[in-house]
Amino acid sequence: MTNTSRFDPDDGATPDDVSDLRWPADPAEIPDWIYTDRRIYDLEQARIFRGHTWNYVALDVELPQPGDYIRSYIGDTPIIVARDADGRVRAFENRCAHRGAEFCKSYRGSTKQFVCPYHQWTYDLSGALVSVPFRRGVKGLGGMPADFELGAHNLRSLNVTTRHGVVFASFQDDIESFEDYLGPEMLDQFDTVFDGRTLKLLGVHRNTLQGNWKLYQENLKDPYHATLLHTYLTTFGLFVAGNKTMIMTDAKGRHSTLCNARPQGRPDNDPSKSEIRSFHAAMQLADPRVIQLIPEKDSPWTSNAITIWPNLILLRQTNILGARQIVPMGPNQFMLIWTTFGFADDSPEMEQHRLRQNNIFGPGGFIGIDDNEAIKFVQDGVMRSVPRHGVAPLGKDEEGPDVVITDRAIRSMYRHYRAEMGL
Amino acid sequence: MTNAAQPAAAQPAPAHAALDPALRRDLCFAVQEFNADYADTLDRGDIEAWPGFFTEDGVYRLIARDNADAGLPLSLMSCEGMGMLKDRAYAIAHTEMFAPRYVLHVISPARVSDYRGGLISAQANYAILETLVDEPTRLLQCGRYRDTFVMHGDRLLLKERNCVYDTVLVPTCVVYPP
Ligand code: FES
Ligand SMILES: [Fe+2]
Repeated sequence: MTNTSRFDPDDGATPDDVSDLRWPADPAEIPDWIYTDRRIYDLEQARIFRGHTWNYVALDVELPQPGDYIRSYIGDTPIIVARDADGRVRAFENRCAHRGAEFCKSYRGSTKQFVCPYHQWTYDLSGALVSVPFRRGVKGLGGMPADFELGAHNLRSLNVTTRHGVVFASFQDDIESFEDYLGPEMLDQFDTVFDGRTLKLLGVHRNTLQGNWKLYQENLKDPYHATLLHTYLTTFGLFVAGNKTMIMTDAKGRHSTLCNARPQGRPDNDPSKSEIRSFHAAMQLADPRVIQLIPEKDSPWTSNAITIWPNLILLRQTNILGARQIVPMGPNQFMLIWTTFGFADDSPEMEQHRLRQNNIFGPGGFIGIDDNEAIKFVQDGVMRSVPRHGVAPLGKDEEGPDVVITDRAIRSMYRHYRAEMGL
Repeated sequence: MTNAAQPAAAQPAPAHAALDPALRRDLCFAVQEFNADYADTLDRGDIEAWPGFFTEDGVYRLIARDNADAGLPLSLMSCEGMGMLKDRAYAIAHTEMFAPRYVLHVISPARVSDYRGGLISAQANYAILETLVDEPTRLLQCGRYRDTFVMHGDRLLLKERNCVYDTVLVPTCVVYPP
């Protein structure tokens, strides 16, 4: 019996012919095959995750000392993020240059060098090959060819950048700065979550979701579902239709932010909420500490759900702070890594409050459960039915950020996606 | 290279002074009866009866083994006291959206390691099988209960249950508390 799946073993050659796949003419329509077709999946790995994108890979605070490292991913490629002897953050593929072993099997740790267990090729903290056993063979026989150069067999290293304690990496060297990649509005949102204060790691949740990775990006660009699916939010007054809300994208349409300002105290039962079946003005938590807002930010918003293309969701909700990393695992499955943190200068009470509040998120969270399940429902539908096009028709593209019953951000993501993918 | 997956913080201390064998047998039996009731209640889906297994100040935590080993305090679920236990039970019963499922607990014989000041320290391993409509049964969780019980009248109550799970990569989500 298996607990869950391994990475999809069908790792075929990069496809070149997807000409049988036609995007529908109606801009509100989204074809099923972007969630299920293996060729599309492989093309995404090449053009998006290994293309000109900045991918979230770690928090600085996960690697406080030289020699500290964590396992991470760009797209479905396993990588290692490590702090080298000079204190610089490095990232490289978790694949031995010799026979290909994925040599690092620990979530996190500390080391002076990486030794591949198969034939003990040894790499330093920058990923450079520093020694190979039996280089001259035994008694002068065998061993490496005379012209073997260590430097030609380093781990494949990645372009790394950090901002306010967050580490991003790219397979591409000729890529715009992270700040330009985000654009001014999204950078401002990013800095609302990461304001430069030193973070404190609280822990990590990991789960697999039975769905295509893009469904998770869509979910966070979809304010329509927030008050309809998440009965917990509406039942206990965290987010109800009629709250001050906005959704905004960057100029290219690939990143987005969904912001919400919770009313002080409990919302009244007003008629605009009558369409939300679950809203009970009288419903109170027996222990309201879980949703209690302790003011700590100079921001008009009490929650910011920020999507950074292609693999990061940043969530600030009440006093919860978290980064969710999307790791595709074949067209029909992805992994989510929920890295949860507070600030180094939090009081013990504040840290306890954040931990308590984290009951809302994660794969056992009051909101996390709903989304994880809904994504599986969608994937089951698109995988098993006769293919057709889904629709994202709400709102108009030219409307401003205050119009929130809208699919505008989903459509803008797919405009960008089609351009990147050549579809 | 150090191996960060080595168990550290998650390991309970070994049993303290030897308990009287007859007392240990009685306590083990009582804990096993308790665990059988606990499993039956959750496996029947009676989530709103779940808080009744705890004391008023009872604590429940569901903790990934890698976080426990790294000394990181995050829990997948955490309830401090009856209010939070009841709120979680209410949320699962009335506000969460999830596909209908059967869950089945399999709990190993308990090991009682200490009995002092009215507090019983015990452990048991657990496995939870989950079955969704038209899907093969899968292993949702396996892990260990690290418990502190108190005697309340003629029955035990949990003062603390820490469920430390080895199945770190959670399949989709955990709806019902293990
Ligand atoms: S595969 Fe890594 S040393 Fe041979
Ligand atoms: Fe959601």
